[in-house]
Amino acid sequence: MISLGFIAEGVAQGGASGGYDPLLPGLILLLPLLGFAANGVLALMAGSRAADRIRGGGDGAAIAGPDGKKPFTHTLPTWIGPGVLLGAFILVAINFFRMLGVELTEPVIRSYWSWMPTGTLSVDAAIQLDQLSMIMMMVITGVGFLIHMFSVGYMKEDPGYPRYFAYLNLFVFFMLVLVMGANFPVMFVGWEGVGLCSYLLIGFWFQDREKADAGKKAFIVNRVGDFGLLMAMFILFATFGTLDYGAIFQQAPELFVYGGAAVTAVTLFLLLGAVGKSAQIPLYVWLPDAMAGPTPVSALIHAATMVTAGVYLVARSSVLFAMAPASAAAVATIGALTALFAATIALKQYDIKKVLAYSTVSQLGFMFMGVGVGAYAAGVFHLMTHAFFKALLFLGAGAVIHSMHHALHSTHKDWDAQDMRNMGGLKRFMPATWITMWIATLAIAGIWPFAGFFSKDEIIWYVGTAGAFSGLYVVLWGMALAAAVLTAFYMTRMMVMTFHGPNRTGEDEAKHLHEAPLNMTIPLGVLAVLSVFGGWINVPGSVRESFFGGFGLLPMSAWLDSWLAPVTAGADAIRMAELGAYADVSPVGGGHVVWGAIATTMALVVVILTARHFLAREVQPAHIDGEPESGIGKVLYNKWYVDEFYDRIIVRPILATSRFCWRVIDRVVIDGTVNAVGAVSKGVGWFGSLFQTGQINTYAFIIALSALVVLGAFIF
Amino acid sequence: MLVEALILSAILFVVGMLGVLVRRNAIIIFLCVELMLNAVNLSFVALSRFMGIEGQIYVFFVMTVAAAEAAVGLAIIIAIFRHYETVNVNNFNLLKW
Amino acid sequence: MTGFLDAVGFGEWILHALIWLPLVGIGAVLLAPEERAKEIAFGWTTGLFVLSLGLWWSFDPAGPLFQHMSSTEWIGAFGISYALGIDGISLFMILLTTFTMPIAILGAFKYVKERQRAFYALMLLLQTGIVGVFATMDLFLFYVFFELTLVPMYFIVGIWGGERRIYAAVKFFLYTALGSLLMLVGILYLYWQAQLNLGYPSFHFFDLLGTPLTLTEQLWLFVAFGLAFAIKVPLFPFHTWLPDAHVEAPTPGSVVLAAVLLKLGAYGFLRFVLPLFPEASAHPTVVMIMLTLGVIGIIYAAWVAAVQPDAKKLVAYTSVAHMGFVLIGIFALTTNGLQGGLIVMISHGISTGALFLILGMLYERRHTREIEEFGGIAKVAPLLATALVITAMASIGVPGTSGFVGEFLALLGTFERYPVLAFLAATGVIFAAYYMLPMVQKILFNPLDREENRAMKDLSGREIAVLSPLVGLMLLIGVFPGPILDRMEPGVQAIIEWVDEGAAGGALMEEAKGPAGVREAPPPAVPTTAELGTSAMDRIEATAELIHGSAAQREWIRVAIGDQD
Repeated sequence: MISLGFIAEGVAQGGASGGYDPLLPGLILLLPLLGFAANGVLALMAGSRAADRIRGGGDGAAIAGPDGKKPFTHTLPTWIGPGVLLGAFILVAINFFRMLGVELTEPVIRSYWSWMPTGTLSVDAAIQLDQLSMIMMMVITGVGFLIHMFSVGYMKEDPGYPRYFAYLNLFVFFMLVLVMGANFPVMFVGWEGVGLCSYLLIGFWFQDREKADAGKKAFIVNRVGDFGLLMAMFILFATFGTLDYGAIFQQAPELFVYGGAAVTAVTLFLLLGAVGKSAQIPLYVWLPDAMAGPTPVSALIHAATMVTAGVYLVARSSVLFAMAPASAAAVATIGALTALFAATIALKQYDIKKVLAYSTVSQLGFMFMGVGVGAYAAGVFHLMTHAFFKALLFLGAGAVIHSMHHALHSTHKDWDAQDMRNMGGLKRFMPATWITMWIATLAIAGIWPFAGFFSKDEIIWYVGTAGAFSGLYVVLWGMALAAAVLTAFYMTRMMVMTFHGPNRTGEDEAKHLHEAPLNMTIPLGVLAVLSVFGGWINVPGSVRESFFGGFGLLPMSAWLDSWLAPVTAGADAIRMAELGAYADVSPVGGGHVVWGAIATTMALVVVILTARHFLAREVQPAHIDGEPESGIGKVLYNKWYVDEFYDRIIVRPILATSRFCWRVIDRVVIDGTVNAVGAVSKGVGWFGSLFQTGQINTYAFIIALSALVVLGAFIF
Repeated sequence: MLVEALILSAILFVVGMLGVLVRRNAIIIFLCVELMLNAVNLSFVALSRFMGIEGQIYVFFVMTVAAAEAAVGLAIIIAIFRHYETVNVNNFNLLKW
Repeated sequence: MTGFLDAVGFGEWILHALIWLPLVGIGAVLLAPEERAKEIAFGWTTGLFVLSLGLWWSFDPAGPLFQHMSSTEWIGAFGISYALGIDGISLFMILLTTFTMPIAILGAFKYVKERQRAFYALMLLLQTGIVGVFATMDLFLFYVFFELTLVPMYFIVGIWGGERRIYAAVKFFLYTALGSLLMLVGILYLYWQAQLNLGYPSFHFFDLLGTPLTLTEQLWLFVAFGLAFAIKVPLFPFHTWLPDAHVEAPTPGSVVLAAVLLKLGAYGFLRFVLPLFPEASAHPTVVMIMLTLGVIGIIYAAWVAAVQPDAKKLVAYTSVAHMGFVLIGIFALTTNGLQGGLIVMISHGISTGALFLILGMLYERRHTREIEEFGGIAKVAPLLATALVITAMASIGVPGTSGFVGEFLALLGTFERYPVLAFLAATGVIFAAYYMLPMVQKILFNPLDREENRAMKDLSGREIAVLSPLVGLMLLIGVFPGPILDRMEPGVQAIIEWVDEGAAGGALMEEAKGPAGVREAPPPAVPTTAELGTSAMDRIEATAELIHGSAAQREWIRVAIGDQD
C-alpha cells in the first residue's frame, strides 16, 4: 500500500515550487524513525538480558558479556544512532543548498496520506519545506548529530545505552515533524511527541524517584500548554474550516479583524502552548527539574531544539500575532519577565546544570521578546545561535560532570558531581573543554564578535525601537538590558567557579580528573566554531558598516533576515500597514551601532569584574558551604519559592478536591443514594414478608379474596 | 344454555375454592384445585360456542397442565408425608421468604 | 476479495453467523474436557474474528447506508421480526467485539482456573448478545440482546470475581436492569404510537423512524431510553457501578466490559435515541444537560481516578472520563464530534482493554492491584513496561495514537457549537496526564525496592500475543484512521440529518429504507385492531359484555370478530 519510495518522495501539492526540487524530504523523517525502530529493538533485547540478570540476583548494571566484550546491543547503536542523524543532516544540507539557489515565495508541500478525513475536516499527513523549517531542520539535524556523537562517549558505560539512542532518535523524528508539518495537527504530533520523548529522557534513569518525578512534571506542565494549542486549533478550525498553514495564513487578514477578539484568543492560546513548551513564566518550572536527564539530552532537548519550539510556533504563526497586537505584546512581556526573572535565579545556583537551565529559560525569554515585537527573524536568529552556544555549554558541562563523576567514583566519595563548589581549577585537567566553554560564555554574554552578540543585540535593538509604538516596550527594553548584564554575571561566575581557582575536589580524586575523549571534544570544537562565526550570517547593514562588522568585511549582510523574508512577509506587511516602520533610534536616543557598543562594553566589564570578584573569593566545597541562610540569596537559591507556591495553590488543592470527589461525592453522595435505594427496597420487602405466614390456607384465602375484589371491580 | 353452563361452572369453582380454603388435608386441597381447574374448563367449553374454537383448545392446555401438576404435586405430597408423616397443611409453615 | 465474498454470498449469512455461531461454540466448549475448554473457546472466537474481517471488504463504503439487511418474521402478531443490518457505525462495533473476544479469552488463560467450561461458555454467550445488539434492526430484538448481555456478565463477575464480587455483580445487575426496564416501557409506548401511525404493528427501526411524537412524548421517551444508555455508558452520576464491577471482575470480564459493553450505551444513543427522538435530542436544554454531564464526567472522573490506590479502579474511572468524550462528541451533533466520539469508542476499547490486560498480568504475578506495591518494574520487565507506556499514551491521547484522533475530533466537533463546554472538556487532556503518569511512574519507574518485584517475570509468549495486536492497532488507528472515518461517515451524516430534519420523515429516511429492498410492510397478521378501529382493550371489554350483553350486541361482536357460525 505504502512503499518506501512514496514515503520518501510524497505527493507534490499546491503552489508553484519556484524551481525548488526537494530531495527525498520524507526520508529525512524516515531515517530517525528507522533509527528509533532499530535501537528500540536492541534496547528491548538488552533490557530483557539485564532483567534476567536482576532476577538471577545480579544488579543488571553490567554491560559486558561473559567474554568481557560488549554485546552487539551496545555496539550497534553507536553506529545507528548518530548514523541516521548524519544521513538526515546530509539530506537536509542538500535540500538547503538547493533552496538557496531559488526564489521560493511559497512553501513546497508534500502530502503523504489523508490523515483525518471526517467529512467536514480534512487533515493530510503533509510536510512543508520553506525557509523557516529549513533553518530549524539544519539546527536540529546538525546540532543533533553533534550531540549524538557526544553521547557515544558520554553514555557508553550506561546499561541503557541502546534505549538512550532509541529515545534520542525518536526525539529527532518528532522534532522534525514539528518543524516540517504543513498544518497544525501534524505540527501538534511533533509537539506532543517531543514532549513524550522529553518525558522519557528526563526520567531516563527512572530508578531514581526524583528523576522520574521530574519527567512526570515536565509532561504534565507541558500538557497545560498543549491544551492551549488544542484550543487555538479549535478556534482556527471554526473560523477557517481548515487547519492547513497555507490556507489559514492566507485568509487570516480577511477573516480576522485586526486586534479582534477571535484572533487575540487564538494567539493567546498559541502563546499558552508556546509558554509551556518553551518554559516561560508561568510554566517554566519544569525545565530546571528536567536537568535530571542525561546532560546531552539537556543540550539537545532542553537547550537547542525542543524548548525553542515555542519560538518557532510564534514565528510560524507570525501573521496571526501581527494581527493581534495585544497578544504580541503579551509574548514580549512574558519574554522580558522570564528573561529577567530566570536570570536572577541563575545568580545563586550552585548546580552547574541548574545555572545553565535558568540561563536557557532566560535566553528563551529573549527570543520571545524578539518574536513578540515582530522581529521574527531576530528571534529565530537568536534561536539558532543559542542552539550553538548553549548546546556547547551543556556538552561542556556534561564533559565536566563526566570527569567529576569518574573522579568521585574512584574513591567512592558521595559528593555531588554537579555542584560547582566541589569543582574549581578544572582548566588544568580539561583544557579543551575550558577554552570551548569560555567561547560559549562570551557568546552568550553578548560580547563582540561572538555569535550571541549579534543575535541578542538585534533583539534588544528591536525591543528598544518598538518603544516608539508603546511605552511598554521601553520598560521591556530596560529589562532586557538588565537581563543581559545578569547573563554576563552568572555565566562568568559559573566559569570561574568551575574552571579557575584551586581545585576543591580532593587530592586523591583530582588524579582521576581528565579531559574528555575525542568523540566528545570534537563536537565541542565544532560548536565552538559555530559559536564564534554563527552570528556573522545576519549582521544588519548599519552594524556591518561600522567597527562591529569590520567596516563591511563580514561576509553576509542581514542574510537571515532576507532568507526568512518570504515567511514573515505576511506579518511584516500587516505591521507596516497598522503600525508603520520601526524607528531607527533607541528610546533614549542613539543608533544601533552605539547601543551595540554600549551593550558589548557593558557585558565585557561585567565579565571582567565578576571574574575578578570570584577569583578573589575563596569558595568552600558544598558540604562545608551549605545553603544561604537568609536574605535575597536564600530566596534566589530557593528559586523565589515558586515551586512551593505552585504546590500550595495548585497541586494540593487539586489533590484535595480529587480526594473529596472520591471519598465524599462518589462514595457518600452517589453510592450512598444508590445503597439507600437498596436499603429502602429491603425494608419494604421485610415489611411485606410479615404478611407471609407460611400457611398455605392463608395464601389461598388471600388469593381468593383478591380475585373476588378484582372480579367485583369488573362487574360493578 | 350458556348462562346455565356458566352458573354450573361458577358453582363448581366456588365449591373447589371453599375446599381449598377450609380443608387441612393436602390431598383434599389438591383435589379441590383440580375441581377449580375443571370448573374453568367447563366455562371455556361453554363460551367457545360463541367465541370461537380457541376455548376448546385451551381446555386441552389446561388438562395437560393439570396432569403435569397432579404428577408433581402428588410427588411433593408424598415426599412431605415421608418426612413429617402427616399431610395436614397446618403443620407446614416453611413457605415464607 | 470483494468478488470472492460475493461469490460465497458473504453478506447474506455473515451477520447470522456472527450472532449464532458463538452459541454453537458454547456446545463445543461444554462438551470439551475441562482443560481444553479455553483452547476451543479461543480457537472458536478467533475463527469468528477472521470471518468478521470479511465485513471490511463486503461493506461497501459508497453503497447504501444499511447493508447486509435481512428480515424474517419472528412473532408476527406483534410485528416483531428477526431483522438484521449494519451501517458503518455498527460495522466497527462488531469488528471491535469480535476482535476483543479472542484477546480477552487468551488473556484469561491463566487467570481463570475454576469452572473453566462455564466461564468460556458465558463468554461466548456474551458475544452472541453483544454482536446481536450491534447487528439488529428490530427494537424488540435489540432489547432482548441488550438484556442478554447482562446475564453472562453478572455470572462472570459474581462467580470468578474478587472478594466483593457479589456486591459488585448485584450492583451491576440492578443498576443496568433498572435502566433497561424503563427503556422497555419506552419501547412499548413507541410501539403503540407507531402502530397507530402505521396501521400495522412493527418494531422495525425503519418503521419506528419518523413516528410522529409530540415534544413532550419525545422528552419522556428520551428519559426512558436515555437513562438505560446513560447507566450503561456510564454517564456521571450513574457511574458508580463501574468501578466496583471492574475491580471485582476477572481480567477478561473487565476487558470485555470496558472494550465493548460500555459501547452499547453510546451505540444506543446513536442508533435509537437520536434518530427516533430527534426533537428531544436536539432540544437545547437536553443537549446542555447531556454535554454538561459529559464534561463533568471527563473532569470529575479524571480527578477521582488520580487518587485511587487501586490500579484497576483507576483505570475504571478513566473509562468514565473517556466515555465523557464520547458523549460530548455525540451530543454536539456535528460530523467531527460524532466521528471523534466513535473513534474514542474504538480507541478506548483497545487501550483500556490493553490496560486491564496488563494489570491482570501484574496481578497474576504479584496478586495485588495496589499501585504502591509495585515500583521499578521496567527494570525487570522491559517488554511489559513498553506495552504499558504505549498503552498509557494512547489512553491519554498522545498524537500518533488512536486516542488523539478521537479526542481531537470529539473536542473539535464540540467546539464548533459549544466553545465553552469544549474548553472545559479540553482541560481533561491535562488531567489525563495527571492521573495516568503517576500510575505509570509508580508501577514502572521509581526504585525496584521490593524483593517480590525483583523476581517478576517479563511477558510470556502468550502475553505478547495478547498485547501486540492491541498495541499495533493503537498506533495504526492513530496514524491511518482514514479508512475507518470514511466508512463511518455516511452513518454519521445520516444521524445528523435525521436529527436536523426532525420527526418529519424526510427524503433521507426514505432513501435509507429504499435501496435495502428486503423489507416490505408485512401484511397485517392479526386484522382485528385495524378492522375494529379500536384498541385491544376495547376487544376485552366487548368480550366481557358478551357474557351478559344483549342479543344485538352479541350479534355485532360475532360479525366483527369474523365468527361465521
